[in-house]
Amino acid sequence: MNQLGKARYLLHITGTHGIVRRYFVVNGFDGALTMLGLITGFLFGTPADLSVTINACLGAAIALGVSGVSSAYVSEAAERRLALGELEAAMATDLLDSAHGEAARRVPMLIALVNGSAPLLISLLIMLPLWLAHAGMPLPVAPLHAAILMALLLVFLLGVFLGRISGIPWLRSGLQTLLIALLTAVLIYLFTGQ
Amino acid sequence: MVSVKKVVLDVLKPHQPNALEFSRAIAAVGDDYHVTLTVLEVDESTETLQVVVAGDAIDFEAVQNTINDMGGSIHSIDEVEVQSEADAG
Repeated sequence: MNQLGKARYLLHITGTHGIVRRYFVVNGFDGALTMLGLITGFLFGTPADLSVTINACLGAAIALGVSGVSSAYVSEAAERRLALGELEAAMATDLLDSAHGEAARRVPMLIALVNGSAPLLISLLIMLPLWLAHAGMPLPVAPLHAAILMALLLVFLLGVFLGRISGIPWLRSGLQTLLIALLTAVLIYLFTGQ
Repeated sequence: MVSVKKVVLDVLKPHQPNALEFSRAIAAVGDDYHVTLTVLEVDESTETLQVVVAGDAIDFEAVQNTINDMGGSIHSIDEVEVQSEADAG
């Protein structure tokens, strides 16, 4: 069994597929809205140099990634240890060397990786127009506007993904998450706009 | 040489992997293994099974390791069928 197959098997026997998917969406959404908030804050506030915006966004993205990895690992390791202990009690045997024991050790790492990488990757994608503009590449719209459009697109795609999982129409689900992002931008404008 | 042709095992296992995955993994231990699995009892976290493994020469240790790897444990060997064969040459 290859590493991907092994990971899928361990997630399957522990019934944690849904948790991974949920963490991906929840933290991906966190990443997208945090970047949207930062960038709209820069857009509505006093104009700042692009490198300042990039540094602020990159700092937030790294913090989100580290926070995602560490918080998920600590909580999931505790949950998996508890689940393994309960299973061992029911089986009246030590399961440390079985697939369930391996799952208790590896699944928290897998979940932590997804939980941390989702906001980090989404944040980096949103920052892509800022980097391109900073590198001197001409963009069809201003870099901050392009990054906001990228954030809205990714939030919409997360909604589409949720719609496909839950079986509700993808367009409706995508528009719902997009509406939340637009509402966030309006709130930021109301509090920071000049 | 004595070959094990059939074993009937009483096994306790967690709900996952399920009965189909469990029996497939046992069958994959040998080239000609025939596995019949019957779920005798289902509890909150575990299932009690009767697993019948038949084959030309069953490697019992390998079957036991596979069951243990999946989190199962053999409670008893309820039936065996073995056959002695003259060594070739």
